[in-house]
Amino acid sequence: MSDVLLQVRDLHVSYGSIHAIKGISFDVRRNEIVSLIGANGAGKTTTLRAISGLAGFKGSIRLDNHDLSQIPPDKRVKLGLAQSPEGRGVFPQMSVLENLEMGAYSRSDRDGIEKDLRRCYEMFPRLKERRSQMAGTLSGGEQQMLAISRALMSRPKLLLLDEPSLGLAPLIVAQIFEIIKQVHSEGMTILLVEQNARMALKAADRAYVLETGKIVLDGRGQDLLDNDEVRRSYLGI
Amino acid sequence: MQDFLQHVINGLSLGSIYALIALGYTMVYGILQMINFAHSDVYMVGAFASYYAAKWLGIENQPGLMTLATLLVVSMLVCSLLGLTIERLAYRPLRKAPKLNILITAIGVSLFLEYTGQIVFGADPKVFPEVVNDMVLADFGRLQLKSSDITVLIVSLISMVALQFLIHRTKVGRAMRAVSQNAAVAAMLGVNTDRIIAFTFVVGSSLAGVGSVLVGMKYPKIEPLMGMMIGLKAFVAAVLGGIGNITGAVLGGLIMGLSEEMVVAYLSSTYRDALAFGLLILILLFRPAGLLGRYQMEKV
Repeated sequence: MSDVLLQVRDLHVSYGSIHAIKGISFDVRRNEIVSLIGANGAGKTTTLRAISGLAGFKGSIRLDNHDLSQIPPDKRVKLGLAQSPEGRGVFPQMSVLENLEMGAYSRSDRDGIEKDLRRCYEMFPRLKERRSQMAGTLSGGEQQMLAISRALMSRPKLLLLDEPSLGLAPLIVAQIFEIIKQVHSEGMTILLVEQNARMALKAADRAYVLETGKIVLDGRGQDLLDNDEVRRSYLGI
Repeated sequence: MQDFLQHVINGLSLGSIYALIALGYTMVYGILQMINFAHSDVYMVGAFASYYAAKWLGIENQPGLMTLATLLVVSMLVCSLLGLTIERLAYRPLRKAPKLNILITAIGVSLFLEYTGQIVFGADPKVFPEVVNDMVLADFGRLQLKSSDITVLIVSLISMVALQFLIHRTKVGRAMRAVSQNAAVAAMLGVNTDRIIAFTFVVGSSLAGVGSVLVGMKYPKIEPLMGMMIGLKAFVAAVLGGIGNITGAVLGGLIMGLSEEMVVAYLSSTYRDALAFGLLILILLFRPAGLLGRYQMEKV
């Protein structure tokens, strides 16, 4: 078992004539939180779309030593990939419980699913209170909690988080990052994509800075927080 | 009063047929945001499948529950297969194309089926086999419960309850709703969206199959263009209820059936078809999202 869970090499993604990702390489090791930060349009979400199979790509993406290039999105879940998508993507007209059950779609071990549901409710009592409510009626923060727990319901090896702080009040953002740290402390490997560079760097073991489709900087989260370039461009100091 | 009740029963029985067909439109719309114009022709093929099956099995003059069940099964099977084939060959290759392309393709498939039907089955009307014994089950003078109307009501009710169960109580039903609400996220969670879309066509088409047997029983004259008018009306019913909304399709179908019956009874049968399209104009003017539909707000 190798140390590297996700290996991305020379990744290119194009939308028609737009070359959105121009040959990036990075690794996510087991039990790490790795952050991918960058401005709007830098290619963060596109990178995740390539990993989860919603965008075609050139180059190589390997998850746990499986080549993902020929594997359709729904099969990648079985390999241990789960995502909380940008804008949370909860199913608005399904109940909280049904959303969570959708997270466990690829599983058939009923007892295990029951157990994970209970665990999820322990971790997020708020979701338990609202389990029969339509997910569309939840607040943004609650929807984000739901999106993360829904992703965890597949018992993934790698959790992809796409802009979990998007559109949330600062206090709620802090809560969400607490949750991320807690999930990580239980052994989850996380690839975090964020515009909120400060929070993302603080939470991360390592981080990559993406600018117009290329990685321009990488290093330990704390080191990047202290980096002058990053401070000027992303932290506004 | 008894007259009125009789009209209510007739209207409900006609309306539940509209509802069955409307469900197919609304389910496909819900999941692909397209109007499957070929749906009404799938229904037509279902009617002919039952016609030939009855002939072949020699049960065209043996009305009864066995015949009803046999024809329902045949019609549902043939319609499912046809729906599945249309989806696979005509619509799936256009999944990433602009919505207009797939709409035009649907019209093409519809014309193809209608005119192939005329070549294969012949353009002259055929007489649908006798499905149930035509008799009066209960006679209250001017109010009569006829076996055909009761059969229509019972079979439609069973189909709709089964559909409700499928959509709300099963894993595949949950996946259908998930795909209709956000296909990309559903795929991300491990749903094979192509398979779910195909399954939706199977379910919608088999409801059309049920509808074709019920219509054949009530109005036993079938011909290759028989789907056009009823298809349009069922489509109006789906829009009336709020297209994409399952309960809306049933509601819309019943309203259409009842009001058509009332128009014929109390105004003039000349206005039978005008009513459907009058309703369509009204709903588009005053409540374009339909009775139970909601305006979808794009969220950022």
